[in-house]
Amino acid sequence: MSFEGALLAAALAAGDPQAGEQLYARCQACHALAYDRVGPRHCGLLGRRAGAVPGFEYSHAMKRSKLVWNEQTLDRFLADPLKTVPGTTMTYAGVADAKERADLIAYLASATCDKR
Amino acid sequence: MSFLAFASPLAARRAFLGRSGLLLSGSAIALLAGRDVLAAKSGGSKASDVNILNTALAAELEAVAAYQVGAESGLLQKPVLALALQFQGHHKEHADLLAKTVQKLGGAPAAAKSKYAFPVEGLKAQADVLRFAAGLERGAVSAYLGAVPLFANRELAKAAASILGDEAMHWAILRNALGENPVPEAFVS
Repeated sequence: MSFEGALLAAALAAGDPQAGEQLYARCQACHALAYDRVGPRHCGLLGRRAGAVPGFEYSHAMKRSKLVWNEQTLDRFLADPLKTVPGTTMTYAGVADAKERADLIAYLASATCDKR
Repeated sequence: MSFLAFASPLAARRAFLGRSGLLLSGSAIALLAGRDVLAAKSGGSKASDVNILNTALAAELEAVAAYQVGAESGLLQKPVLALALQFQGHHKEHADLLAKTVQKLGGAPAAAKSKYAFPVEGLKAQADVLRFAAGLERGAVSAYLGAVPLFANRELAKAAASILGDEAMHWAILRNALGENPVPEAFVS
């Protein structure tokens, strides 16, 4: 692992899921944990191939992205969705703060499908 | 203007409805004026602007459906029901304007889903409906905040910021109705 990669991994490992839950309120214009809305459901996200929730109508860009969601790919996507997946319908400028991204990812990693 | 400044919730609501009506009329005029110059100013990033508008449109259509669920729940008492229906009317206006703008830019507007998934099993009292609506409005504020800087066309960014302001007012009023600080922070994120 590169030095930068090790730093990123350490930063992501320090993510606080409780702080992430507060930040997740920003996402709730379009997302929920347990059901699809304008955006797909988030429970079970880590380890899932991008564009793979059954029945959800993804953009072609997301379906073709070949991403698998893990801490690193989520960090990149959350930092700049449209740069990471040009043509995504997640038309959001991104979460600029690395600590906030780490907290959000920690929350998403802990989220279960029984949370509404 | 806040409910806090009035002796009774009814007086506050009347004052709010009157004022917000004036504000929104002004915004609508500004947006319509903006729309007229869109075609002339649209350039190579029209497709991405259409993409942004359609995501916003899909969220507005969902908000209209969510307020309908709240209105039909039987849980909202009369003054609150009227307020919810007014907010739903705003979302309808937003959706209508966004759809027309997408069409004007040569795109196909997102359509409402035939069915939406809402956590209706958790709606057992008026406060549950208000909290659900407040969560949607709070998310909408963030979504517009994240969309405004992306527009290639500055007139569209201005229009989106105007909608953001309206959603923020909804959020504040809903928080206040829940007994929470209506404006807890100096900045939204």
